[in-house]
Amino acid sequence: MNNILSIFRKELKSYFNSPVAYIVITVFLLISGWFFSTNFFLMGQATVRTALSVIPLIFIFFIPAITMRSIAEEKKSGTIELLVTMPTKDMDIILGKFLAGLVLLTIAIMFTLTYALTASMLGNLDGGPTFGGYLGLLLMGSIYLSIGLFASSMTENQITAFIISFLIIFVFFMLDKVLIFVPGPLVSSFEYLSVDYHFNSLLRGVIDTRDIIYFISMTAFMLVLAGRSLESRKW
Amino acid sequence: MIKVSKLTKNYDETVAVDNISFEVKHGEILGFLGPNGAGKTTTMKVLTCFMPPTSGDVTIAGMNVMEDSLSIRQQIGYLPEQNPLYQDMDVVDYLRFVAELRGIPKEQHDSRLRRMMDVCGLEKVISRSIGELSKGYRQRVGLAQAMIHDPQILILDEPTSGLDPNQIVEIRNLIKEIGKEKTVILSTHILSEVQATCDRAIIIDQGKIVADGTLQDLQAAFHGMERITIEIKAPQNGCAEKLRTIENVKQVNEGTPDGEIKCFTIEIEKGQDLREQIFDLTVKEGWKLLELHREVTTLEDVFRQLTKG
Repeated sequence: MNNILSIFRKELKSYFNSPVAYIVITVFLLISGWFFSTNFFLMGQATVRTALSVIPLIFIFFIPAITMRSIAEEKKSGTIELLVTMPTKDMDIILGKFLAGLVLLTIAIMFTLTYALTASMLGNLDGGPTFGGYLGLLLMGSIYLSIGLFASSMTENQITAFIISFLIIFVFFMLDKVLIFVPGPLVSSFEYLSVDYHFNSLLRGVIDTRDIIYFISMTAFMLVLAGRSLESRKW
Repeated sequence: MIKVSKLTKNYDETVAVDNISFEVKHGEILGFLGPNGAGKTTTMKVLTCFMPPTSGDVTIAGMNVMEDSLSIRQQIGYLPEQNPLYQDMDVVDYLRFVAELRGIPKEQHDSRLRRMMDVCGLEKVISRSIGELSKGYRQRVGLAQAMIHDPQILILDEPTSGLDPNQIVEIRNLIKEIGKEKTVILSTHILSEVQATCDRAIIIDQGKIVADGTLQDLQAAFHGMERITIEIKAPQNGCAEKLRTIENVKQVNEGTPDGEIKCFTIEIEKGQDLREQIFDLTVKEGWKLLELHREVTTLEDVFRQLTKG
């Protein structure tokens, strides 16, 4: 546990010591803010739903950018050798890095709470969907972060890591959008695996344990994959 | 302390380390010598639990690298080849980070850090970013990292590479100092390093151990032949024949003469010293002796004999 925290602190510091965190957060806020504000005043509804439903799209680019460096860079510079020869479990390294990414993501998402604040000042903001939406963003972000870590652990090239995680995330994103092309018996499993399907149900303001379990188990699965991939030097 | 038996490590098809066995006792400084690509680094990576062996057993302090990896790693300080470091961290932050991962209790961090600053001479750069440091200072940071938890075993992969001569001497002294109570394994392809620091050397080539012993043992075992080079000033020819008449001379090679000055390389039986006889001969013949030099087998000769081809 202490090791996870040490790695977490170090990773978080290195995000904020370099321009990465600031650039990523700024770009994220610019895009999401634009989507929030363009329609907001036209629709005349006090809702953040449009903004929240656009953010998953931004995540597809945004999260691989956060995670691409985390393990690939260590492999390239050789510091991974130091890290894994410390009395630390490989999984602790993954978890520490995951938590740091999650905190960075949470900070970025927190800034968008200003949209909700604006909306609530102008009208009666519907609490349920807003809360569900934000929770959904965090949970969805967790899955994407763990996918990003997995991709980053497979290569020592950051660009490759970015592209691999982008592709995997894109597949998960597209699963429920290609349902019309999917043979009937498979539809429900495609739907169940799709991140967006579960996110949309949270966005409706329904906090269903089935969705929560989906998000948590997918994240855990991807983190374990990342851990296995880091251990692959031992195979 | 460390026991390696029948260790083999393959990378896909290539055999990096081929069935090697050796032991290292507590308080011993072992030099791991070999040309580049001989398998030194691979062996170290197995010892530090970075990768498991393909086959064979490695026991460190009575524990197996495969089964008790975590507790073994606790006792090892490791400086990997190329000394990888986090470029964007400050020296002090980095050392604290390592101290945390090493599981040093928080209240001891400051004292350990201070000790490392003294030992490795890091006072001037402690709050600088690692990326800004010169190679010598980076190497010291790497060493500080390896020693911060006062490990029983120190594994150093080419610890003095990239240092200037003064720093090399400092680091060697440091290693010798540590080696008084700790077990140290260091790899190098610089022979003088082994001569200067190690109690014992293992020479490894193409994944196999070709020699193992104290420096004296190694030199003695590979004495082969001794050589004497002389330079004389003599008007007449046929000096070589006269030199060959001395007892125990095996061979005399004549260098290109420069006027009356001639030079010879005389190979003699092992363990003989013929300098006096040669001097007597030159006096008898009336040659003027300009130079007389006896070459003793160095570790370099041993190394080249064992690892060439």
